[in-house]
Amino acid sequence: MDPFTTHEHEVLVIGAGGAGLRAAIEASALGCRTAVVCKSLLGKAHTVMAEGGVAAALSNVDDRDSWKVHFADTMRGGQYLNNWRMVEHHAREAPARVRELEAWGAVFDRTPDGRILQRNFGGHRYPRLAHVGDRTGLEMIRTLQDHGVHQGLDVFMEMTVIDLLRDGDRVVGAVGYDRERGRFHVWRAGAVVLATGGIGRAFRITSNSWEYTGDGHALAYRAGAELVDMEFVQFHPTGMVWPPSVRGILVTEGVRGEGGVLRNKDGRRFMFDDIPDNYKAQTADSEDEGWRYTQGDKSARRPPELLTRDHVARCINREVKAGRGTPHGGVYLDIAWIKARIPDAEEHIRKKLPSMHHQFLQLANLDITREPMEVGPTTHYVMGGVRVEGDTQMSTVPGLFAAGEVAGGLHGANRLGGNSLSDLLVFGKRAGEHAAKFARERGAGALDRAQVDSAIDAALAPFDHGIEGGGESPYAIQSDLQQIMQDYVGIVRLEDEMARALHGIGLLAKRAEHAAAVGHREYNPGWHSAIDLRNLLTVAEAVTRCAMERKESRGAQFREDYPGKSEECSKFNLVVRRGADGSMGLERRPVAPLPEELAAVVKENA
Amino acid sequence: MPATTFRIWRGDPTSAQFKEYTTDISEGMVVLDAVHQIQAENAPDLACRWNCKAGKCGSCSAEINGRPRLMCMTRMDELPPGETVTIEPMRAFPHVRDLVTDVSWNFGVKERIKRFRPRKPDAPDGTWRMQQTDVDRVQEFRKCIECFLCQDVCHVLRDHHKHEEFVGPRYLVHLAALEMHPLDTEERVREIRRAHGIGYCNITKCCTKVCPEHITITDNAIIPLKERVVDEFYDPLTRLLRVFKPRRGASKDG
Repeated sequence: MDPFTTHEHEVLVIGAGGAGLRAAIEASALGCRTAVVCKSLLGKAHTVMAEGGVAAALSNVDDRDSWKVHFADTMRGGQYLNNWRMVEHHAREAPARVRELEAWGAVFDRTPDGRILQRNFGGHRYPRLAHVGDRTGLEMIRTLQDHGVHQGLDVFMEMTVIDLLRDGDRVVGAVGYDRERGRFHVWRAGAVVLATGGIGRAFRITSNSWEYTGDGHALAYRAGAELVDMEFVQFHPTGMVWPPSVRGILVTEGVRGEGGVLRNKDGRRFMFDDIPDNYKAQTADSEDEGWRYTQGDKSARRPPELLTRDHVARCINREVKAGRGTPHGGVYLDIAWIKARIPDAEEHIRKKLPSMHHQFLQLANLDITREPMEVGPTTHYVMGGVRVEGDTQMSTVPGLFAAGEVAGGLHGANRLGGNSLSDLLVFGKRAGEHAAKFARERGAGALDRAQVDSAIDAALAPFDHGIEGGGESPYAIQSDLQQIMQDYVGIVRLEDEMARALHGIGLLAKRAEHAAAVGHREYNPGWHSAIDLRNLLTVAEAVTRCAMERKESRGAQFREDYPGKSEECSKFNLVVRRGADGSMGLERRPVAPLPEELAAVVKENA
Repeated sequence: MPATTFRIWRGDPTSAQFKEYTTDISEGMVVLDAVHQIQAENAPDLACRWNCKAGKCGSCSAEINGRPRLMCMTRMDELPPGETVTIEPMRAFPHVRDLVTDVSWNFGVKERIKRFRPRKPDAPDGTWRMQQTDVDRVQEFRKCIECFLCQDVCHVLRDHHKHEEFVGPRYLVHLAALEMHPLDTEERVREIRRAHGIGYCNITKCCTKVCPEHITITDNAIIPLKERVVDEFYDPLTRLLRVFKPRRGASKDG
């Protein structure tokens, strides 16, 4: 049997993005020996890609803002399928979490009176996003990283967890391998926090990096935890579309927050053509009013470009399908036009959107201060995730916690931009705190050697297959999966197409059993991809099954065969759980009703 | 576009050499795309680091035709057409495999640098006030994506291996960000001179040239730090005064 090294900790955090680091900092601050295991180097996690800002009702720019308005905005954006307890914690605690980052050294952009500046974003009623140009995620992860390394975290870089270990009902650790040498490791811990991010690599066009293979979702699922809302995958409206090699790379919503507008090939601002009823009262009537809103006129309402992401993505999709798209199958996003409105526009754009300016100049030979960008939807975020208890972030499996994108509930059917960075701070802290408490109360559990051995055997199987022995390249299998999900379970969904996808996923699962690795175990990306396939297939199946079961269009889910919202479907969340026979079970779970005082908050801020 | 040949460094510290691969290049491709294509077509075990593929995470650092660059931000059409493209790992760090190097020394350096220590909050709401003009400089330094290309090109590290005595440009930028942070109260100038070895830098500006974030490393970060060291330890008037009135720190290290 392959040897492994055992590490002993009180709290194990899997993932070192914002949520993982914030959880680890909290657990460690409470005195727990804390380990962080991450697939990449420290500070490279996907949080670094977040651009626009972190949503928190600081009320620095508009004093009409408050946690209550943020609460109502988030519930409306999520189409009321959200876990209201999480939404409440999030709205109340986000300002304190942002100020805490400042105390740890983060340097946000400033208001004229020297406070943290906030910008407009889709679905947020008032300017709410604290930001640093368009590199807010980098600022946050670096701040957390620098704070964390001085706190004595044990960081295990470039190591991948392949399975959780259980003692009876409880999760008591994890087994994984290091990329550099391909050796196996066991982390024994009183509590485990999943902070592994999302699932974007299940799709062809995505803003997500190779790491986003649904590891945490699948680890939790295999350990018996419930997943919730998996049908809701966010397609960000503005990804790059040209040249082909950069397709999917994110173009921040901050471009629209700063006054950028969407036009079709005929030059029409098509977003004015379709404004949903529940946002009509909050949306500008004219281009002029929209512009004034982006420039801080409190009497103006927001332009339709700043409607929620699900809606903007669908409108772009509609324009392209109707033949009104750009030459490369997108629409135009124009920030250069603000030259007509303000002096020094070019300098202003470079200052507020520096990395967008650099990204387009370098990768697409395009100067965004002079020309419009071509953009189209890209898979960006999964609202669904591990179902957690709203106060503690503990899953339905004792000792297993989840925070950030891998946890479900906060965002309901659609996430507002900026709410993920605040999510990972608020619930990273909560998960770390409660994991520490759980670990202290319950102590370490017993390790079952048989579980470790079977996880290691499964991980090594790709070397036994060999390409010559009928094994197949994992890259080909992953590529086929991405195409199926992109074509059949993407932004517009149909019953028979999804049935085809489900069938295809089943066939791919069979092929994945013969995924082969060549060479040896040291830093072998082919082997790593072969191991990741199992997780990708699990999340792809969960997304597809849930999307088929929800026979309506709501939030991020758009069903062409059921284009409207259904009253019946407004009453349940879909929960996925592994059945006793190993097959995927699906259950409708009633949405918990809002308590009276929060229902009143929603009403007051309609 | 035509097929292009790549010479890629393959192997581990015990045995490594260039291997040639040919792959088709399409419009807009960057070097990292070509590496991925080679992985999928011919070399599934070709080791390289990458994450964001948008120049934001600083993972895919390598030496392309001898220049330290991010593979994700180097377009194929800016390299000489028709010529073989050479890709090597960063040479200033211990080799692990193929294009991957052991950069863990860098993470250790950061742990040795004293953390941010803010003054007490002094605004009525329990926070601070800072003007944008006062944070512009610090924000430039905080753009750093820790790609370590500046460390790779720095001759003090690359050729003279002064890893014990010198923290390198990346961490001088980090120190500058801390020292120039309007809220920070920590004292670091002594360490900058001694433990962090700023004197080793002879401002050849190679680091500034390779920085993919265009941080003016030498002029804006390193030279001002050198000035602080000079003010603290080499100012003649201060030295004279010190004879009469020994000061904290200065007497030990002057």
